[in-house]
Amino acid sequence: MVGGTGGGETITMSTHESAVHAADAHAAPQGFIRKWVFSLDHKVIGLQYFFLALVAVFVGMFLSLLMRIHLIWPTVALPFFGEMQPATYLSLLTMHGTIMVFFVLTTAPQGGFGNYFLPIQIGAPDMAFPVLNMLSFWTTFLGFIVLLAAFFVTGGAPLHGWTGYAPLSALRSMPGEELGADLWITSIAIFCLGALMGALNFITTTLDMRAKGMTMMRMPLTVWSWFITAILGLLAFGVLLSAGILLLMDRNLGTSFFVPLVTLNGQLTGHKGGSPLLWQHLFWFFGHPEVYIAILPAMGLCSQLLSVFSRKPIFGYKAMVYAMLSIGFLGFMVWGHHMFMSGMSPYTAFAFSIMTMGIGVPSAIKTFNWLGTIWRGRIRFHSPMLFAVGFVSLFVTGGISGPFLAQPVLDIYLHETYFVIAHFHLIMGVASIFGIFGATYYWFPKMFGKMMNETLAKLHFWLTFVGAYAIFMPMHYSGMAGQLRRYSQGTEVAWIKALTPIQVFISIAAFITIGSQFIFLFNLFWSMWKGKKASDNPWEATTLEWITATPPPHDNFGGRTPVVHNGPYEYSVPGAPKDFVMQTDPEIEPAH
Amino acid sequence: MASFSTTATVDDPRNTLGDGEILPPVLTGGGDDRSGPGMPDYATRLRRARLGLLVLLVPIFMLFVSFTSAYIVRQGLPTLDPQTNLLVKDWIPVKLPTLLLVNTFVLLLSSLGMELARRQFRGEAVLASGDAAPKISSTEQSKMPWLAMTLVLGLLFLFGQWTAWKQLAASGFYVSSTPSSSFVYLLTGTHAVHLMGGILALFVASIAALFGRALARRSIVIDVTAWYWHFMAGLWVYILCLLEFAR
Repeated sequence: MVGGTGGGETITMSTHESAVHAADAHAAPQGFIRKWVFSLDHKVIGLQYFFLALVAVFVGMFLSLLMRIHLIWPTVALPFFGEMQPATYLSLLTMHGTIMVFFVLTTAPQGGFGNYFLPIQIGAPDMAFPVLNMLSFWTTFLGFIVLLAAFFVTGGAPLHGWTGYAPLSALRSMPGEELGADLWITSIAIFCLGALMGALNFITTTLDMRAKGMTMMRMPLTVWSWFITAILGLLAFGVLLSAGILLLMDRNLGTSFFVPLVTLNGQLTGHKGGSPLLWQHLFWFFGHPEVYIAILPAMGLCSQLLSVFSRKPIFGYKAMVYAMLSIGFLGFMVWGHHMFMSGMSPYTAFAFSIMTMGIGVPSAIKTFNWLGTIWRGRIRFHSPMLFAVGFVSLFVTGGISGPFLAQPVLDIYLHETYFVIAHFHLIMGVASIFGIFGATYYWFPKMFGKMMNETLAKLHFWLTFVGAYAIFMPMHYSGMAGQLRRYSQGTEVAWIKALTPIQVFISIAAFITIGSQFIFLFNLFWSMWKGKKASDNPWEATTLEWITATPPPHDNFGGRTPVVHNGPYEYSVPGAPKDFVMQTDPEIEPAH
Repeated sequence: MASFSTTATVDDPRNTLGDGEILPPVLTGGGDDRSGPGMPDYATRLRRARLGLLVLLVPIFMLFVSFTSAYIVRQGLPTLDPQTNLLVKDWIPVKLPTLLLVNTFVLLLSSLGMELARRQFRGEAVLASGDAAPKISSTEQSKMPWLAMTLVLGLLFLFGQWTAWKQLAASGFYVSSTPSSSFVYLLTGTHAVHLMGGILALFVASIAALFGRALARRSIVIDVTAWYWHFMAGLWVYILCLLEFAR
């Protein structure tokens, strides 16, 4: 009999099927290096990913802070950069986007929480390939270091934007586009390799290592989201890698894949015949699925949280699964909507437009099911729930501008404006970040054995929630008014100068929102040492991570493998002794 | 009451022959370089390694799909001639060295050797377990050095590719001479890098015996490398056809 707690009570774990062979459990490594640095334990690797993303997000935020300062005080001298030149602004923009997309939005929800909780939630003792898992983290880490190195080389960081459009990115045309751009491409290529290793592990683990009784349709939606995200990564990162190889060849071997006949400083470059649009096609074939790579894990987590804290089963479990699969599938069909400006045939644009709006259908299914889940629920407004509700709000707000941008005619006007910034920051950036915050507050007790301070968490939520809207809602208006993105200054133009008060408001909102993230940071580290001790199942949730000890032992379940009898969201089951039924409890007859 | 079970962790190579056998969930991960108490059994590790390989082949496939689409798009693009101010084609078809056909034969032969090595190791693993299965033929239990032959042929293929590159350069086709030659170097080079991965795996499996690694584990490495090798052979035939017939 092994003690665990469910709902504050001790639950009994039957071991009648066979005796425990404690010696079978592989021993946990004892040395610091093997335990915490080159660890094979998926939980440690998950934490490594989490802290890497944490460092990355603060670096990325710092860069955005500098940009926002410059936008309203263009002549002020900034730390490290002095009085900012337009090229410097572009390099900050490039690095901000790259760091946030790759090393935060892709790394934290998938590499971090996915690594930590996917094996536990399916009842597995580890990932399928632990050595590969370790390699995937250190490859990603190397990619991050190579990217940051671009700041310190001659010419500085690249300025071609996170999309790396050729021919700007393919020519050594100016400072930043020299070694810094090579490092940028190399970093992305390294990241792709790390992400592919991770995806390989996620898919194999999910397909091959589920506990007895853990059928696909009993998997938590978090697991489904990590699984689908891994498939997207598997299909998308190979294409980005190929594009990166071609770009490096154009830059260093004189090939002309992406560079047409072009003069630089009045001289022919030697390139000819290449197609900048080819880069765009290859990049966006990766780039649009990347949006879902960032947000699908947050969708899965949000589903989990809404069910747990509403004390209700998820509304339409199968519909949620099929909606995520549909979103993943359609995500590969719509890359052209990023290229309406490229002069593509209107018929092609129409096809991409229709497909893009088609994604609204599974997205709406998910949204209505989230609302259906909390409808008449006995809602517990703990901080994870606040972030889950915040996610739904941001997803809807950010998503609703999607159909506008999916119209080629509207997009041609809005594409280069702040409207697009507002759209993708809300839906891809902030919504996903809310998923990450929700995951942190929800799983922190399991990961560290302590509770985070709830008052600070709620303060952090409200400041971030209001702050995010204060930053990005006005951008819709300034975008519609014609405020151009990527420009460090535009105040020489009268109608752009007239928008300055909006810029000032956005910057002040950004300062406050960024400042409030230090509340989170303080709460995170303070709670690790001083937080209230957490029970094994503080949220009274049903999935497998809550049947094991807190924090989980080295092999997750103390030498046993759970046997699953129930779905992941059995709450408020009529006739059940408690309002939740663990997945390992004796099978119940679902009443829904 | 939550229910748990424990699982046996028998390292028995005989289980590999039980195709389609559904095994219980295992105590630990460790489809890669780990062994010892608590590790999943041989059949489970083999199944997992094969599944992992299948997943691995997807991004490699996507990489070459991406290169192929770039090849087709780039082939159809005109460029501006600064002298005449007219749009012209800069795609000059490359006559591939005949040596590539020889290399193809060598690689296909190595694939055959790899398959024989895979069956040989599987047979040895079964014999080592002390109970020969009826599926194992005498051929599979032979002592022919199929693995060494595969390694040599693989290295010979790479050397042949290198020689073909030199022949291309000697005929005036460098990597940046024309987009078609860029793709020849790109596709053959990327394929060679991937094949080197297979050679490295075979090399590791070969020398692992010197370090007393279990036969079962080496057998798994050989098995998945064999499937990878076959994929590389097929991929090479595809690349050759693309470069030859879509010039």
